[in-house]
Formats: sequence, C-alpha cells, structure tokens
Amino acid sequence: MNTDSLRTQWFILKTCIAERLAYRGDFAFATLVRFLPIVTQIFLWGAIYGEFSDSPRKSMYGYSYGDMVAYSLLVMLGRAFSSMPGLTGGIARDIRDGTIKKFLTQPVDLFDYLFWHRVAHKVVYYVVATGPFALVFWLCRSYFPGWPDAITLCGAAVSLILAFLIGFYIEALMGLIAFWYLEVSSLVFVYMLLNYFLSGHMLPLDWLPHPYSDWILWSPFKYLAYVPAAIVLQKYTPMAMAQELALGFGWVLVLWWLNRWTLNRGLHRYSAYGG
Amino acid sequence: MTAIVVESLAKTYSVVRKQPGWAGAWRSLFHRETATVRAVREVSFRIEKGEMVAFLGPNGAGKTTTLKLLSGLIYPSGGTATVLGYVPWKREHAYRRRFSLVMGQKNQLWWDLPAQESFALHREIYRLEQAQFTKRLDELTALLDVRKLVRQPVRDLSLGERMRMELIAALLHDPEVLLLDEPTIGLDVVSQRNVQGFLRHYQAERQITVLLTSHYMKDVEALCSRAIIINEGEIKHDGPLANIIDRLSSQKIIQLQFADGDSAEGLDQFGRITERIGPRVKIEVPRTKIPEVLSAVLAKYAIEDVGVQERPLEDVIAEFFTTGPTEAA
Repeated sequence: MNTDSLRTQWFILKTCIAERLAYRGDFAFATLVRFLPIVTQIFLWGAIYGEFSDSPRKSMYGYSYGDMVAYSLLVMLGRAFSSMPGLTGGIARDIRDGTIKKFLTQPVDLFDYLFWHRVAHKVVYYVVATGPFALVFWLCRSYFPGWPDAITLCGAAVSLILAFLIGFYIEALMGLIAFWYLEVSSLVFVYMLLNYFLSGHMLPLDWLPHPYSDWILWSPFKYLAYVPAAIVLQKYTPMAMAQELALGFGWVLVLWWLNRWTLNRGLHRYSAYGG
Repeated sequence: MTAIVVESLAKTYSVVRKQPGWAGAWRSLFHRETATVRAVREVSFRIEKGEMVAFLGPNGAGKTTTLKLLSGLIYPSGGTATVLGYVPWKREHAYRRRFSLVMGQKNQLWWDLPAQESFALHREIYRLEQAQFTKRLDELTALLDVRKLVRQPVRDLSLGERMRMELIAALLHDPEVLLLDEPTIGLDVVSQRNVQGFLRHYQAERQITVLLTSHYMKDVEALCSRAIIINEGEIKHDGPLANIIDRLSSQKIIQLQFADGDSAEGLDQFGRITERIGPRVKIEVPRTKIPEVLSAVLAKYAIEDVGVQERPLEDVIAEFFTTGPTEAA
C-alpha cells in the first residue's frame, strides 16, 4: 500500500466522519439509547440469580452474579466494535438501486470505501460513547476481578480489532449476496438471531454443553462478543489466548477472501439495475 | 485518433416474468418463469477523439446498457470494446481516471454534505494536484454559476443545481471521454439550456469525446453533429445528425399565412394539415412534391407569407421508433 493510497483512505475516513456528524441530534440520541439494554440486562440477571430475594444463587456454571454483570458489560463493549448497523442493508440497497456504480467507475476500491466508512461510524460512536461507557464501567467496577495484566490488555485490544474486522466482513458478505437475491432483509433478521446466540451475547458460550459448544467455539461468531469478554475475564491462559487470536486472524483472512470472491462473482452477473 | 471502438458488442439479460395478481405471485414462489432479453445486439461503431455523438433510441433500446458496458459497470455477453485503448470491464484504475459517467437519475455526490466535500474527496481519489484542482473547480463553478452553492448540503440543492454539481464532479479530473446518460432529465427549460450551453462550451474548448443519450431532441440538436440511433439493441442509423431527417423523413412542412378573407378551404388535398392557428397553416407534404404543391397553392389562394421547413427532429425520430423508417425518395 503506497502513501497515495493511504492518503485517499484518510480522506475517505475524514469525509465519512463529516457525513456521520451531519445529523447530530439523531446520532447523539441513537448512541446514548444503545446503553439502555445493558441496564435491562443487569436487572434481568439480577432476577435470574435472585439478587433481590432472600436467598440469591451464588453461582451458575461457574459465573457469579458479579461475573455475569462484568461479562454482560464486556460483551456490550465487544458488540460496540463488531455490530455494523445498516451495513448489509446499505450494500444491498446500493446494488438494488444502482448507487454502487459510483464505486465501480471511480478509481477507488469498493471495500476501501466501505471499510473506512465503517471505521468513521465507529470512531464517531466511540468519541460520543466513551464517557457513558466509562461511567457504566466505573459504577459497576466492583463486579470486575481487577485490572488485567498488560498481556491480557494487549490480547483484549487485538480481540476488539478482530471483532470489528470479523463483524465487518460477515455483514459485508451478506450485503453482497444482493447480487443474487436483491432483498436480504430476511437474511439479516436470521443472522441477527443467530448472532445474538452464537456470539455469546445472550449467554456465555462456555455454558453450552458438548458437543454444541465444540463447533460453536470454532465459528467466527464467538469473536463478535464472547472472546473479548473471556480474555478480559482471564478465562484463557496466555497460550490459549494466543491460539484464539491466531484462529480469529485466520477467520479474518477467510472472510476477506470470501468477500473479494463474492464481489468478483457478483459483478459478473450485475446488470446495474435502476437505469 | 479513435477514442471508442465497439465491435459486435452484445449484452443479454435473464429477467423474471411474473403473472399478475395473487395467483401469479403464488405460482412464482414455486416456478420462476424467465425470459432472455437481448438488450444490446452485436452493435458496432467508432467514435473519434473530440467527437460529440448523440446516442438515441426509445426506452429499452439498449442505450444505457451500452453506456454501462463502455464504463465497465457490467460485462458483455459478447463482442469487444475499447475506450482510449482500455477494455472497460477490466476496470483498471488508469482507465477510470480518464473517463466519466454521468447518469441524470443517479447521484454520485454525498447527499448530506456540501458538494465542496465531495469535490475534495474526488481530488484525492483522482490524485489531483491542489493547484490544478483549485483552478479547475474555480473554472467549472464559474461556468456553471454555482460558486455560491458549493458549501450548501447537496440535499438542499434544486435538481438543476444538483445536476450542475454532478457535472463538476464528473469533470474535475479532466476526463478525455464523457459518457452522459440523460443529463437534463427532469430539469426545467432554463436549467436544460444552462447545461446544454455549458456542455457545448466545454466540449468546444477541451475537445473531449462525448457520447450522449437524451430523450430531449433539443439537447441533441444543440450539442451533437452525429447521431447513432439504436432500437431493440440494434443500430439503425449512424451518421450526421442533419442526414437523419433527409434519410428518415420523406415529408417536409409547408408553412402558409393566408391573406385576410381567404377561407383556405380544400387545403387537405395537398397534404396532411398539422397545425392551423388563425390565418397560419402548416401542411406536411412529400418532399418530392414541394414545387408542385407550392405552385398550386400560390395559384389558388391569396397567400401573404410562405416557408418550407424540415419536420422537427423529435417528430421524425418518434415516428421512426413507432413505425420504422420511411426512407426519403
């Protein structure tokens, strides 16, 4: 990648950030509202563990109520990196109505554009959400085992980047399916249901019995929420963490290649709908 | 120098056909009936550098599909094409830096941002020097009279203003080939004239190669000296615009102004009356009979003024598309 290419990507990022900030009110509201589910989830787990009763449960499958609150918060953090609202639908819409043509006639790579557009989306989100995130984590600090060591923190940072990349490539891939099936909203719905379960958003994946947990733990979905949380909660030895991250990197490469292949095949059957 | 070479270019689509109503929707769930549409049928033409050519045809004739092929948006089903020596569907960045595609119904500017930001991004995407970019932008915004609007979000611009911004975005990198698909669609008469005037001036000055599709014959007459007519995917005419009327229309119009008191009865024996407003009448007459009809009319009626005109290009082409060619004798 040469400096000209990097410069172009930097400009795409800057333009996308400017675009993200165009609707300030809606953006701020959407960002802050995303914190509401975590409050609901904390109360839900409180009810499940009987925290508000006289005889609360001490542990479920190795997770105390505090562990579960910490896990839920960390899953929320992972999802902040891996969720890609509007990406699949946006790609499908561009294919369906022909807007994608501007990326196919200008000397710019479609994935560069999509990628930096999404980075901009996330950067703006983090800038606005950092304060509320910090506040929520500070309020719930007693549920965490303490600051992880430097290796774990580095592993967690890498796992969040993997969460972003894997989330991006899975959703972009679904969007590209619109080259074959113009409408992908049902696919998105099914994906969101599966994702909620398979990423560990609903339950920690190590709660699942064998043999189900075996194949789920080989899937790319766990990187979207479970792996970052499990790393911070120090559920992996350093060696196991390195293996998980290496497998995650392998998934990134596989998904990247699948996206390129699908785009290439899709363009061969593309008819540039919509005039 | 030839800029565009198209040889036996073809594009075939497979489209789903569905019966109307409930039963049709239900049946199509289990059995999809498909049909093959031959959008472009082995068309061949060449366009020299610096030419401005109109690409005409009714809806569904294959004009836009041809432009999509030449811009590399889609792959052909057969044949070859090169633009500036490049095969468009190889999608090389080097080619993309040398042409532009403007579709009147499609937006390439960022909707929520001022056009200025889209232009700045273009500068980076096309790797333009800052000084060169500033000079071009100044020139284009002045020519199109939109200098004051470049800081306004695109969504807040009128259709005509937006199209002028689209043209700027398409021309900032100084393309050698410009593919224009209905650039004045939906614009009011004033905006249409602005865009036509700009394109005429720009092309004359830069000598770029332009292939233009438009349903507005005013665009075509104002801008192009050559026309390629395509219908049902096949080329029906390729030559000077002026020849189209000679070739495709066997009729001319005689315009007469009668003196006061002349009832102008019995005119229909000379040809088809196409317009009658007060003492002014237009008659469509076979071009071979013009001298004969003129002398007969002048002998029979009291005429104050007389003129002979070609039929409007719009009428000739519309007739050609609906009834096929009536070659002039």
